Amino acid sequence: MNVKILLLSMLPSLSMAQGFAGLGTATDAFATPQRPAEFSFPADYGTHPDYRIEWWYLTANLQSEDGTDYGLQWTLFRTALATGEGTGWASPQLWMGHAAVTTPDAHYVTERLARGGIGQAGVTADPFEAWIDDWQLIGPNFDQLRMVATGPDFAYDMALNAHGPLIFHGENGYSVKSAAGQASYYYSQPFYAIDGVLTLPDGDIEVSGQAWLDREWSSQPLSEDQTGWDWFSLSLDTGKLMGFRLRQTDGTYYTAATWIAPDGATTAYEDGAFRANPTATTQVNGREVPTGWQVQLPDRDVDVTVRAINPQAWMSTSIPYWEGPVTIEGSHTGRGYLEMTGYD
Amino acid sequence: MIKLGLWTLLSHWRRNPMQLFTLVIGLSLATALWSGVQAVNAEARASYDAAAETLGEGQFAQVTSTDGVIAQDDYIALRRAGWQVSPVVEGRLQGLRLIGLDALTAPNGLGPVDLTDGALTVETLLGGVIFATQDTLDRLVDVNITQVASADVAPGVFLTDVGTAQRLLSMDGQLSRLIVAETQPLNRAPLAEITPSLSLRPPQGGSDVARLTDSFHLNLTAFGLLSFAVGIFIVNGAIGLAFEQRRPVIRTLRALGFPLRNLVGLIASELLVLSVIAGAIGVGLGYLVAAALLPDVAATLSGLYGASVSGTLQLRPEWWLSGLAIAVGGTGLAASASLWRLAQMPLLAGARPRAWAMQAKRGRFIQALAAVSLLVAAGLLAALGSGLFAGFAMLAALLIGAALALPLLLDVVLGFGASRARGVISEWFWADTRQQLPGLSLALMALLLAMAANVGVSTMVSSFRLTFTGFLDQRLASELYVYTNDVDQAAQVQAFLKPRVEIVLPIRAATQDVRGLPTEIYGPTPHSTYRDNWVFLQSAPNAWAEIEAGQGAAINEQLARRADIAIGDRITLAGEPFDVLGIYGDYGNPIGQALVTESVFEALFPDIRALRFGVRMPPEDVPALTNALLAEFDLPDANVVNQAGIKAFSLDVFDRTFTVTGALNVLTLAVAGFAILMSLLTLATMRLPQLAPVWAQGLTRSKLGQIEILRAVILALLTTVLALPLGLALAWTLLAVVNVEAFGWRLPMFLFPADYARLAIFAVVAAILAALWPAVKLSNTRPADLLKVFSNER
Amino acid sequence: MILQVTDLKKSFSGPEGTFSILNGVSMTLDSGETLALTGESGSGKSTLLHLVGGLDQPSSGKVLIDGEDIVQLDDAGRASVRRDKVGVVFQQFNLIPSLTVGANIAFQARLAGRNDPDWNADLTQRMGLSEQVAKYPEQLSGGQQQRVAIARTLAARPKLVLADEPTGNLDEATADTVMALMLDLVAETQSALLMVTHSERLAAQTSRRLHLRAGRLA
Repeated sequence: MNVKILLLSMLPSLSMAQGFAGLGTATDAFATPQRPAEFSFPADYGTHPDYRIEWWYLTANLQSEDGTDYGLQWTLFRTALATGEGTGWASPQLWMGHAAVTTPDAHYVTERLARGGIGQAGVTADPFEAWIDDWQLIGPNFDQLRMVATGPDFAYDMALNAHGPLIFHGENGYSVKSAAGQASYYYSQPFYAIDGVLTLPDGDIEVSGQAWLDREWSSQPLSEDQTGWDWFSLSLDTGKLMGFRLRQTDGTYYTAATWIAPDGATTAYEDGAFRANPTATTQVNGREVPTGWQVQLPDRDVDVTVRAINPQAWMSTSIPYWEGPVTIEGSHTGRGYLEMTGYD
Repeated sequence: MIKLGLWTLLSHWRRNPMQLFTLVIGLSLATALWSGVQAVNAEARASYDAAAETLGEGQFAQVTSTDGVIAQDDYIALRRAGWQVSPVVEGRLQGLRLIGLDALTAPNGLGPVDLTDGALTVETLLGGVIFATQDTLDRLVDVNITQVASADVAPGVFLTDVGTAQRLLSMDGQLSRLIVAETQPLNRAPLAEITPSLSLRPPQGGSDVARLTDSFHLNLTAFGLLSFAVGIFIVNGAIGLAFEQRRPVIRTLRALGFPLRNLVGLIASELLVLSVIAGAIGVGLGYLVAAALLPDVAATLSGLYGASVSGTLQLRPEWWLSGLAIAVGGTGLAASASLWRLAQMPLLAGARPRAWAMQAKRGRFIQALAAVSLLVAAGLLAALGSGLFAGFAMLAALLIGAALALPLLLDVVLGFGASRARGVISEWFWADTRQQLPGLSLALMALLLAMAANVGVSTMVSSFRLTFTGFLDQRLASELYVYTNDVDQAAQVQAFLKPRVEIVLPIRAATQDVRGLPTEIYGPTPHSTYRDNWVFLQSAPNAWAEIEAGQGAAINEQLARRADIAIGDRITLAGEPFDVLGIYGDYGNPIGQALVTESVFEALFPDIRALRFGVRMPPEDVPALTNALLAEFDLPDANVVNQAGIKAFSLDVFDRTFTVTGALNVLTLAVAGFAILMSLLTLATMRLPQLAPVWAQGLTRSKLGQIEILRAVILALLTTVLALPLGLALAWTLLAVVNVEAFGWRLPMFLFPADYARLAIFAVVAAILAALWPAVKLSNTRPADLLKVFSNER
Repeated sequence: MILQVTDLKKSFSGPEGTFSILNGVSMTLDSGETLALTGESGSGKSTLLHLVGGLDQPSSGKVLIDGEDIVQLDDAGRASVRRDKVGVVFQQFNLIPSLTVGANIAFQARLAGRNDPDWNADLTQRMGLSEQVAKYPEQLSGGQQQRVAIARTLAARPKLVLADEPTGNLDEATADTVMALMLDLVAETQSALLMVTHSERLAAQTSRRLHLRAGRLA
């Protein structure tokens, strides 16, 4: 079956789809995030089938012994056609896995799709395991994980160890995404140390670095007039910064950010405090994509230039987007990840 | 100023609507011819692609089990080991085939191809929706399930989600087989380590028959190209006329100070608009033609697959685009020369009527030189060239060369006629016809190409059919074919069949290299099935008897050609030497093949057991035996194949192709006839000064009209006579050059004189019809108009 | 001075080699003047007219119209001169067959952007064409067609009217009427007329005459 149908099946109704990948579509019977956000672990490591979408989203900045930069992505998306788990093929839950490895001059991508209810993909909270086919993010607990993915031309096998607490964005994990009040539950573990082996066409490479895991679930995280987002996770010399900019059809932006001190203390910033402006674009896959950015958080004296390590880090998956590692220069230096969606 | 110029140019059409009509209709017909052929071709392809894809057989490797059932847990185990496999549940719903697929894991290109109307929703996936063609749905009674009509599903098949299929077939937790995606990830464990009870069946590739149909398609495509060539000639003629007719206006406009550049631009944009309109009309006409022809073509191709393919026509965007592109591109091609000439033309150049068609001596010399060079080039390419490109280049050189040579050859023939003419009218007739020739030459070239295309295609299709019949007799000789899963089952099936049928013919093959080429070696049982049906292209005396006595081997044409093996040469099979006693046609097979008799094969390859069997039996008993086999052995449906039925059906529908070919022949000739009509109409007005003196000297107007018709008939006949060898050369090129280059085997060429005679009659009828109107007009010309010629003479 | 021709030469190359048709012609013409150019067939008079009208290019020499050398202009420039400054009356009329008489008369004036319906109506009436405006050229007699051609030229009020045997296709009586009309109108519009003719009778009616012989003014 072709991608077109696949997309149709991922979206309850194409004709009504709004925003990027239908994320702005109305939610009907699905639950919506409420404040104050309350989390309960380990249950909230696992799935929330009454919400329409959810993801386990891990990105990592890696370096080999010779100092070459690498980027890595392991993502599991859950999309529900209806609420509830269901059993067997009748389950309304659909799963989509994306894995990628980015080198300075190559970008390897692969995608997996699965139906819920038959055991081909899913997430268990305790002991933690997220999987689709042979891909796994598995550990005795959420702080110690093994991560595996394979594609036709690459594979990786990584170990992750958390050295800090979970970080809750927005109002204690209630992350507002638009002036109209669309929101998601959103927490991260940005303190993973990661090491392992990348298998690339030229051979195996030992790498190590830092990884950042995002957990987010919602039913309509974007408002209907939002067309896509630019999301940054930056590891700076004095702390970490998560910031995003949602692009709206009228040309304005909705931004939010979280400053994360080395000890895990957080400061949440509301719309307008965080600024990101493209400074350079690249022709990627037939479209113009910004791959150089000026990113500012004046409250923390952050004014940095963010550049893609490989501007061609295009995710040619059923729902395409740009995702890749970046370098940071300016008031602060470091490495990070950039995700851009909705550049059609 | 631009507006004024445009208004003036367009006013010409208002005053001369007939010229506009002929231009638009000429363009439309050319487009219709092209898009009609394309439409038939595209639709046929799309139809059987849908069938092939829905069925999914052969295209992909598959994971199967001996009992036809795979536990869903095994599927999950394979997925979790990294295997990119997709589940298929298959069974019968009210006697029709039901296939359940998983939309998310099915490889690209598999499944109901287009559901862009948004039909796939929560309900589609989970609530139990089945897709099928409307015809198939109509055959379903009393099923509590949502039904969606989709023309992209193969007829006679229901397609649904794997979960729904399990429910409808009571197969919870069970799958029938797994499709293996072409791309697999790294680090995959072997199948045997994960699910030892399952086996991997490699992709079967296209069947022999499928490869044969590729050749059929190539031929249809060639027909499309030929009709394009005919169309271009017609468009060229129409555009040239349009320019010539307006030349005085253009000259006057320029004399009055209208800039040349603007004029060229105006004419170009006017042509663009006209060609788009004509193109749209043409695509519409083509659609009608295709709609009329399609059921037969679809049936032809689907018949080759043994499954019915939907005969409905869908208006695909690519036809619109290609049709319009042909109209606009063809007009551009045809107009560029005229526009260039216009741009170069000195302002004061006299408006010589039909100067574009009249050739100076020097022009004729160049044309003759070009024609001869092209024909020589075609000959050289035939003798020395290799590769598909050379084949097509040869076709092009041959056709254009012949078209260019036509007026010159006709001139010679007419000159000969003139030299032999006795009597004043006869002398005048030949001389006048000869003088007319330049004005008619484009139309006659179109007729030549149309005729040649028809002769070529008729020859090709008929030859193809004879070959195909022979091939079916050879390859599908057995009434029933059974495919077993393993050696044990094979033995049981053989034992089951033996008392019930005439003979069971095990089919077994070994693969090894013969003279460096991969070759399948077969060991057929000595039986009349082979002796009677396998016709050798070349053979030693008494070849079959020798081979059955274990004295030698036969090889296929592909192996003989590629390894340069002739009768009497010696080849080595499994270390043993064999004399080649026969070479047989093996249409469609990409690799080499060799045959030795059963006992020899068993001695050479003692470990190879037959899993496939051909069964000879009375055809009427096949359905009953099929059911018995399926009941006894729980074989998948696809493993028991009633080839006799398929063969009979295939031949039946193949014959319908001739309806299509015949209809296309008539259409092509109609278009060529139209070109003649246009040329004659245009000539008619200019000819008054030539005819008036003849009339004044005592020839009646109706006599003049009759002579005009006679002239058209003679020119058409002469053209037809010249088209026959050209058409045969064309057919030969397609069968013996292009086919060999494209597929590695040569289609034998047969001649069909009755067809050619019928085509010649068509051509003459077309010429008569084309000449009729101008002739009647001439008969009815008022004497006053003829007299004007004298009074106005300058 | 509306027209100044200086040392104009034109030669053609034919199958028998190059031959000159104009061998250095110089002449001038003032506004209000009418000039008849006579000469035998082949003396080059039509060629001279074509060169002056920007319909053809000389081998060498100058053609100044209203002070501008049209020989130096490109094709578009000459088209613009033909449109704005010059009007040509052809022996073969050269009307646009697909347009009505009225549209033909207004045609060049509209091209030049000087269309004046009153003036057109006046011209039409004086040319005796009022009954014919809705007809097509093919429905008119030769004399009528030539009057349309003259009206078309004069409707655009060119500074220079060129006429090539304007009455060559007409009988004598009609020719006289047409000629008289044309001379009247040229005088009235203060144009200049350069007329090629082989008719002594016509030539006698112009203010000046020149005779071409073998490509030179005699």
